[in-house]
Amino acid sequence: MNWSWQAAVESLPLLLKGLLVTVELTLLGSVLAYLLGLALAVLRRARIPVLSQAIWLFVEFVRSTPLLIQVFVLFWLLPSLTGFKMSAFVSGVVALGLHYASYTAEVYRAGIDAVPKGQWEAAVALNLPRAHVWRAVILPQAIPRVLPALGNYTISMFKETPLLLSIGVLDVLYQAKAVGAETFRVVEPYTMAGVLFLLVSLPASILVRRLERRRAHSA
Amino acid sequence: MSNVPHIVTSVLSGLTATVEAALGGIALTVVLSLVAGLALLSPSRLVRGIARVYVEIFRGTSEVVQLFWLFFVLPVLVGFQLVPLFAGIMVLGLNHGAYGAEVVRGAVRSVPKAQYEGAIALNLSPAQRMFRVLLPQAFVEMLPPFNNLFIQLLKSTALLSFISAGEIAEQGELLRPVFGADLGWIYATELVLYLLLAILITIGMRALERSAARRLGRTPPARAKVFASAGGAG
Amino acid sequence: MPTVPDPLPPDPHAMIRFSGVVKRFGDNVVLDHLDFTVAPGEFVSLIGPSGSGKTTILRLLMTLEKVDGGTIEVCGDYLSHVRKGDRLGRADEKHLRAMRRRIGMVFQQFNLFPNMNVLRNITEAPVRSLGLAADEAEARALDLLDMVGLSDKAQAHPAQLSGGQQQRVAIARALAMRPDVLLLDEVTSALDPELVADVLRVLRDIATSTDITILCVTHEMQFAQDVSDRVMMFDHGRVLEDAVPEKLFSEPGHERTRRFLRAVIDRE
Repeated sequence: MNWSWQAAVESLPLLLKGLLVTVELTLLGSVLAYLLGLALAVLRRARIPVLSQAIWLFVEFVRSTPLLIQVFVLFWLLPSLTGFKMSAFVSGVVALGLHYASYTAEVYRAGIDAVPKGQWEAAVALNLPRAHVWRAVILPQAIPRVLPALGNYTISMFKETPLLLSIGVLDVLYQAKAVGAETFRVVEPYTMAGVLFLLVSLPASILVRRLERRRAHSA
Repeated sequence: MSNVPHIVTSVLSGLTATVEAALGGIALTVVLSLVAGLALLSPSRLVRGIARVYVEIFRGTSEVVQLFWLFFVLPVLVGFQLVPLFAGIMVLGLNHGAYGAEVVRGAVRSVPKAQYEGAIALNLSPAQRMFRVLLPQAFVEMLPPFNNLFIQLLKSTALLSFISAGEIAEQGELLRPVFGADLGWIYATELVLYLLLAILITIGMRALERSAARRLGRTPPARAKVFASAGGAG
Repeated sequence: MPTVPDPLPPDPHAMIRFSGVVKRFGDNVVLDHLDFTVAPGEFVSLIGPSGSGKTTILRLLMTLEKVDGGTIEVCGDYLSHVRKGDRLGRADEKHLRAMRRRIGMVFQQFNLFPNMNVLRNITEAPVRSLGLAADEAEARALDLLDMVGLSDKAQAHPAQLSGGQQQRVAIARALAMRPDVLLLDEVTSALDPELVADVLRVLRDIATSTDITILCVTHEMQFAQDVSDRVMMFDHGRVLEDAVPEKLFSEPGHERTRRFLRAVIDRE
């Protein structure tokens, strides 16, 4: 076995620095995905003639194509078309947010559809304005239902961030690669990177599962 | 404009590797999902434990990290270097097999308990119970989630560009420094290819679902969309 | 259908008027050229077998469904049409919202908002759609809760109430809008038998103490007989019989009515 505990420990500081970046990417990307997904779901449901179809097409397209290509489009293509260049980190956040918004939009849709039709009908009978029905009746019932699914997508996003090293984002994997290049020992940094992922995602998954179980009980 | 045919053919040259990786990955995923999924349902705690460790490790770590580990670390540990495509297929299969194991487990458990009890009453052995009663019924339930999983896998083949397996994403990136003005064409071609492949997968899975449901005497739920319904991300 | 040719002028004396109303669900014609009127302040019970179209009538009035043919008038105005020259066209959402102010509905499944407490369920619409001040709405709500016998439940959540209590809150919620027309859609059908009486008592009070026009789809024949000014028996989307309760229940004109009443009343 070709393992050095010393090398493993020495790789940690840089790896943890990268982990911080990974966590930042995940949190910012998640916020964007949560908000944008909700907007997409509500707009789609509003059934505005051209807009709703366009949204559906966009969502299906983003969902069915690789995140990596979408990252490249934002980081390489966008500047060449519009002259607007985002840093690697920002490109990463936007790409993650857009890509995962296509997932969360579907999650929100399911949650909204699960609200009983009678709630909509009572709101019509009471002549409540449409926007207010969304805000005060439908979303307060739809969103709590889908929180576990949203949590799971955040965890998925966390695990997908390493592909951003392709545009030079200084995440965990980038740092592992850097350590490997410097010390010529690849075993320890890459293994420790994997361990770090496990250490974060396993407890997170357990938390989400517990949240799911609690909802199922109180429902 | 005159670059476009060259760009399209260059990107297309990656199609073979993408399809090979996807098919190989799907095949390995199916095998591992079944084996690990059934292992998760085993009465033996040891078997369940081993399967659970496999599932949690491959679900809990990043696929990119797994790819780097298999391609860069494993050779150092065991002495031989895996061919990129093969390493890619291994990671795709191992990673998505872990998710697939949960799908299999969930689908078998969703078969009504009455079926399981009927099989016991008929004095079928555990193997017969699983393979002749439970799995055939669970099969139809598994297909929509596997449809999503296979499309995830297809999207993940793009990650093989990190280890130079010659697939679509890598071909595009090779063109980028040379054809900086035609980036739109490069990425448009790539995206359309992936989209078409995803649609092909969905069409295949829907056909499979219809024939499996027919054999059970059921009609599968009508689905208007050509695209797969949302499932989990990786 | 975009326009109605040669429409009859609105009838100012009727609170509700259906003229040649047709409603289809797919190939199924649920209402087949239905004509009837309801005078202001009348309590009309709609009885008949399931699928005869009674609930559809209420849903059309509440604009939850659209007519496929014919017109509906409420308080002398077309419900979902507007005059365009000498023809009628479909009304827009603004018109529908104005018409909806006069109509309230209580549903079989109560449909209270689970994320709000009882008081907020009742005050929400008066504040948000009538523009009432919060304290005025609250005072109105507390009065109504008193009327339905649930003053002590103002802060409770729907999940903490029994079916009968939820339905009484739903009634208070509808009344808080001060509608001219109240639609009751099998409001006791989803309740356990012991809870039905309390709800019927409240409805009786409303019928006698207010001049709201009420359309009540119900299977509670005794209640219909006691409280209604008029009973309409429906079958296959048409009015089979339309008479005062004394007449319809004791000497029904149609064999179908007789059979229906016998089946329903013998069951109780």
